[in-house]
Amino acid sequence: MKILVAIKQVANLDDDFEIRDDGKDVDHDFCDYEINEWDDYSLETALQIRENNGDEGEIVVVTVGPDDAEDELRKCLGKGADRAIRVWDDAIEGSDQVAIARILTKVVEKEAPDMVFMGVQAADNAYAQTGVAVAQQLGWPHAAVVNALEYTPGASTATANRELEGGLEEKITVNCPAVMTIQLGINEPRYASLRGIKQAAGKPLDEISHSDLGLSDDEVGEAGSVSRVRKVFVPEKGQAELIEGTPAEQAARLAEILKELSGA
Amino acid sequence: MSDILVIAEHRQGELRPVSLELIAAAKEAGASSVTVALIGANAADLTGAVSVEGVDEIVTVPTASANFQPDEWKAAVEALIAARSPSLVMLPHSVDSWGFAPALGATGNYGFATDVFGIANEGGEWVVTRAMYKEKVHAEIDFPGKSTVVVTVRGGTWKPAEGSSSPAVSSLDASATANSSHVEFIEPPATGDVDITQAEFMLSIGRGIAEEDNVEQFSELADAVGATLGCSRPIADSGWLPKSRQVGQSGKVVAACKLYLALGISGSVQHQAGMKHVDNIIAVNTDPEASIFSIARYGIVGDIFEIADELVTHFE
Ligand SMILES: Cc1cc2nc3c(=O)[nH]c(=O)nc-3n(C[C@H](O)[C@H](O)[C@H](O)COP(=O)(O)OP(=O)(O)OC[C@H]3O[C@@H](n4cnc5c(N)ncnc54)[C@H](O)[C@@H]3O)c2cc1C
Ligand SMILES: Nc1ncnc2c1ncn2[C@@H]1O[C@H](COP(=O)(O)O)[C@@H](O)[C@H]1O
Repeated sequence: MKILVAIKQVANLDDDFEIRDDGKDVDHDFCDYEINEWDDYSLETALQIRENNGDEGEIVVVTVGPDDAEDELRKCLGKGADRAIRVWDDAIEGSDQVAIARILTKVVEKEAPDMVFMGVQAADNAYAQTGVAVAQQLGWPHAAVVNALEYTPGASTATANRELEGGLEEKITVNCPAVMTIQLGINEPRYASLRGIKQAAGKPLDEISHSDLGLSDDEVGEAGSVSRVRKVFVPEKGQAELIEGTPAEQAARLAEILKELSGA
Repeated sequence: MSDILVIAEHRQGELRPVSLELIAAAKEAGASSVTVALIGANAADLTGAVSVEGVDEIVTVPTASANFQPDEWKAAVEALIAARSPSLVMLPHSVDSWGFAPALGATGNYGFATDVFGIANEGGEWVVTRAMYKEKVHAEIDFPGKSTVVVTVRGGTWKPAEGSSSPAVSSLDASATANSSHVEFIEPPATGDVDITQAEFMLSIGRGIAEEDNVEQFSELADAVGATLGCSRPIADSGWLPKSRQVGQSGKVVAACKLYLALGISGSVQHQAGMKHVDNIIAVNTDPEASIFSIARYGIVGDIFEIADELVTHFE
């Protein structure tokens, strides 16, 4: 059994971030990085399936991202993934999620896993696209926003609950192999143990480029994309009236406002 | 050409209201004509519900399933695009759309963007606006060389279209092989100890409270100020408060709320889906750039623990 988990390193902006000179992105010097929250849940889903399978099977984590993204892959190895793949090169810069999906699709084709897990969305840009885009390019069955899953490795179908709006859920059966996008709350992601972290350093982490996957230059980056960021800008601030002062002064004013507006 | 195709969404036999917002958005984007698609075995039953002002044409696409099925919906939209060559196709940015719209984008045949809240036509080219970096930055996106653009549109952005119209109604066939099938819907558990949809004054806590042990302090604060305690999703996912207290897309819409105090909540789109309609939103957050401030009437850039300790003294 093999499960492939795609993870994204997401950016958090510093308070004093700046827009890049070409106006098309923020300057990445002003970003802190972490693993996308959703990807913790999808890795955990894979780890639990393996545990329930008598610890049999391989879990491969993959990311498309620059050097820094290696940190997140190592953390996944620390939690129990066996092997990691990082795809990056200059031509990939400027890819939209359809182009990223094309790269991930090639990795899936090469690895031929029984199941692919991705996050519902990435916390930074919230595209909520990549999983289903990969499924389309593979021609595989798929299910999005899965918050419960029954799957036995090797089975020809899985049963999944899709989390809909307002707390409603839909139970579906899905043909396998499949791509599923995993939702927050499906499980309780584990922390890496000290032993796990030590072992992670010795696990394989392959670095490859788009051409290693057989993709041409015009299948990635802007040329391989179906959308283009023309410019980014800081939105006008809302109307919020800021309450200034010491915490005591702020709380006093807040108390007045609450009393007035709640009619108490 | 600026013909716009709107894909209506429905569930359990009811039109989802966001469909009417999309019709209004299409009109405002300057559509020369608006076609609304009703996809599904019984979707033609909803013809009346989408015959609102601004709709020129309704096309029904009967499919094998009554409920949403991603392969069938994708095939239906592709058949619609082939038949009508719209320049823009709008879908709601909803869970069902997430289940199939990216497959349309991934064909490479159309321009594609998700969670769009601004739509403009510049000399025949569509330019849309969406947010990036946890809503702190907005981006203008275009689609060079694409004659059809597919977008998912953020709910709650446009006021729903109203009134009535008598659009032409026709039907279109599309065939697909379904790779998944509906088993059943599972209703959310009945409301727990409290029905937050009825509360007029909510005090909601988010991940800023940091630890489960801190819930009690805010629960007491809510009692002291006379508010109903609510929360963002991570608090419910962690089991610190029951799911029935969760405000947002997958939780509850606080429909009756007039005053909403958000403590340590960043203001994600999905949280906003449950509360951005509230007239008086007050936010306390250490991050001055948190997007909750963009919808708040009053804001305090500060620590919720410091504010909470002081605030409670005014209600003793
Ligand atoms: C399909 C789907 C459905 C979803 N449904 C919902 C839903 O119904 N409801 C919902 O809420 N979310 C929902 N989400 C999750 C949503 O995307 C966010 O992950 C979530 O809303 C974040 O919650 P938060 O604001 O509490 O946490 P965070 O985004 O982590 O924000 C915490 C905030 O606390 C601030 N903070 C930290 N410490 C302090 C302090 N001491 N004092 C003051 N401020 C502090 C931080 O600056 C930060 O802004 C959904 C997501 C998906 C994909
Ligand atoms: N650059 C990337 N590398 C690997 N996986 C990614 C990448 N971008 C997105 N994903 C996957 O797609 C999911 C949803 O991201 P998005 O569609 O960008 O919101 C993430 O949780 C990841 O599983």
